[in-house]
Amino acid sequence: MKLFELGERTAQVHDVLVTVAELAERDDARAVLLESADDPALLKPYLNRLELVVLRFPIFRDGRGFTQARELREYLRFSGEIRAEGHILPDQAAFLRRCGVDSVVLPKDGNGDPALWEKQLRQFPVAYQRSVLPERSVGPGLRVEEAS
Amino acid sequence: MSIPVGHYQYDRIDRDFLQARIAEFEGQVQRRLDGTLSEDEFKPLRLMNGLYLQLHAYMLRVAIPYGILDSRQLRKLGEIARRYDRDYGHFTTRQNIQFNWIRLEDTPAILRELAEVDMHAIQTSGNCIRNVTADEYAGAAADELVDPRVHAEILRQWSTLHPEFTFLPRKFKIAISGSPNDRVAARFHDIGILARPGEDGAPVFRIFVGGGLGRTPVIGQELFDSVREEHLLATLEAILRVYNAHGRRDNIYKARIKILVQAIGVEAYREAVEAELAQMDLERYRLTPEAVAAIQSRFAVPQLEAPADADAVLAQQRRDDPLFDRWVRSNTHVHRDPGHIIATISLKPAGGIPGDATSAQIARLADLADAYSFGEIRITHLQNVVLGHVRKDRLRDLWMGLAEVGLAEANIGLIGDIVACPGLDYCALANARSIPIAQKLGARFADTALQAEIGALRINISGCINACGHHHAGHIGLLGVDKRGEEFFQLTVGGRAENGAAIGTILGAALPEDETVDAIARLVDCYLGRRESGETFLDTLTRLGHEPFREAAYETV
Ligand code: HEM
Ligand code: SF4
Repeated sequence: MKLFELGERTAQVHDVLVTVAELAERDDARAVLLESADDPALLKPYLNRLELVVLRFPIFRDGRGFTQARELREYLRFSGEIRAEGHILPDQAAFLRRCGVDSVVLPKDGNGDPALWEKQLRQFPVAYQRSVLPERSVGPGLRVEEAS
Repeated sequence: MSIPVGHYQYDRIDRDFLQARIAEFEGQVQRRLDGTLSEDEFKPLRLMNGLYLQLHAYMLRVAIPYGILDSRQLRKLGEIARRYDRDYGHFTTRQNIQFNWIRLEDTPAILRELAEVDMHAIQTSGNCIRNVTADEYAGAAADELVDPRVHAEILRQWSTLHPEFTFLPRKFKIAISGSPNDRVAARFHDIGILARPGEDGAPVFRIFVGGGLGRTPVIGQELFDSVREEHLLATLEAILRVYNAHGRRDNIYKARIKILVQAIGVEAYREAVEAELAQMDLERYRLTPEAVAAIQSRFAVPQLEAPADADAVLAQQRRDDPLFDRWVRSNTHVHRDPGHIIATISLKPAGGIPGDATSAQIARLADLADAYSFGEIRITHLQNVVLGHVRKDRLRDLWMGLAEVGLAEANIGLIGDIVACPGLDYCALANARSIPIAQKLGARFADTALQAEIGALRINISGCINACGHHHAGHIGLLGVDKRGEEFFQLTVGGRAENGAAIGTILGAALPEDETVDAIARLVDCYLGRRESGETFLDTLTRLGHEPFREAAYETV
């Protein structure tokens, strides 16, 4: 498994990765796997101990993971690591990052080339809407760029 | 260049963004060619950039945000039609333009040429928020309450490469209007927005969700009556978030928001949206008056000056020339300034292909826009063209200029103003050819005096159940069906997309092409014979019910 970091947070490897259903039984679990149909609100009782939430993309066209990531960051104020795995494309790198995802499990095929991911992160100088990242306005209007 | 009067003026940052998008797309084409992207992976990526594969060739759909462009942009579209297509373009029901005969290799070059005039093909297709449509008379019509273009531009920007909503269950279409007279089919959109002035001067928005056509036509329902401007983006984010999380992804025919709204009910949908809003950091999503003003400042205001006798000059010219008078009657709309008028140019010549324009016509339209309407052109959702601010005393000159290139057809809103999908001539999904029957109907009712006599009557034609020609919303709708390998048409009546939106109901058995044309002629005769004074086709239909029309249509069959 090759990890790629989308932002500043260092990706951590966890030996124990459980499903949402298993969380209640496994006090030792610090990492959980969310399927795209799972409601992130189910993680509420466990947020204090969770260090990693992995979002699984069954296919890159299934965009539920983007909403899950934003809900984790915006509603649940989850401050641990969010990772995307499964069928994802480098073309989605900036979208993932802007929704709060920190790292990805690189696909095993040609889409796993880290250079493609790197390039995509720098593709656009500005964005036209707010995301979960710290941003400043590049006025006039709605445009923003990352503040860091 | 001076600031355009109709649309947002780009700056260097917007242009850099476009260039970055082209570079990204070029990289995607490259990866497809070298095999790192599979066709299944490439398809949604190219669609998001407007590139379709049709029956015979690639088609590129170019975005015309809120349907408005300037003459420089229109000229460029004409050049692209000439250089890369077969010398024509096709204006669509979503105010865009498509080029039907594009080579994949040419697309990056075309996109670069478009970018020279601040145009692109971003989000004209794919399961994302599509190009936003708006009232074709925005900022000009006398009946307007709020000019929707600034908010349409805000929605365009906000939805552009939205990080969360670019891989939705299905396509997502938003329309916005600021007039009490719905000219955007607000209730046939995933989200329809009607703006009106609020108490503090800032507009408030009435929001409908879950409308749409396609195989399951649904009239949108009101989600909120009065959303304040500052909460407009937060509210849209919340609506889309609920849809992205819960819209069906197992069956593309059940994936539109309309199905979700139907399944859970509009009350439950509203509660879900309110639950999102309650958790959202509203400050973060707030649309500030400063942001609105900044975007507004990128639109120039046309200096509407007309001689005091402009109105009188026009009135005299109408008296002197009955042909001109007929055109003015069907093809113009009241402007907010008494010295000006809104002119709609029909792209529906009798026997022609609805919505098509040759590169020569496109170039002439650009010249006429420069001469008569501040260089501004609008595309309508009925596939026509509008010059929004024409001085009344110069209208006749414009009309004569249009006649020189065959664009003076006097049939707007009349039976010749047909909307038809591309059908079997272009589309692999079609059961029937929509264009030839549109041409036959156009020819049958070619006499503009007869069209004026018949009055307001909309015909919409779709070649299959996907309803790209909006047949459900036609006063008379035609749906292509396949009967043992033959092309037949099913007739519906009573649909409408305007105020009082309704879905048409089926009149009877499907008919072959020529018999369909005859049946429509009899429908029209039935109406003409039985209408009471002042009644439109829809009025008479409502008063009498379907039965007399059904009898007339199927009389000899
Ligand atoms: C190659 C095949 C197709 C062609 C040539 C075609 C053509 C068109 C055109 C020209 C428009 C107006 C486009 C715009 O400016 O946004 C349109 C809209 C539309 N298309 Fe298609 N289309 C095709 C396939 C489909 C399919 C597969 C579906 C549905 C499964 C579909 C459903 C619709 C609907 C419902 C609309 C507009 C109505 C609405 O949603 O409000 N089309 N189509
Ligand atoms: S309605 Fe059917 S035939 Fe017509 S363009 Fe759409 S998919 Fe093709």
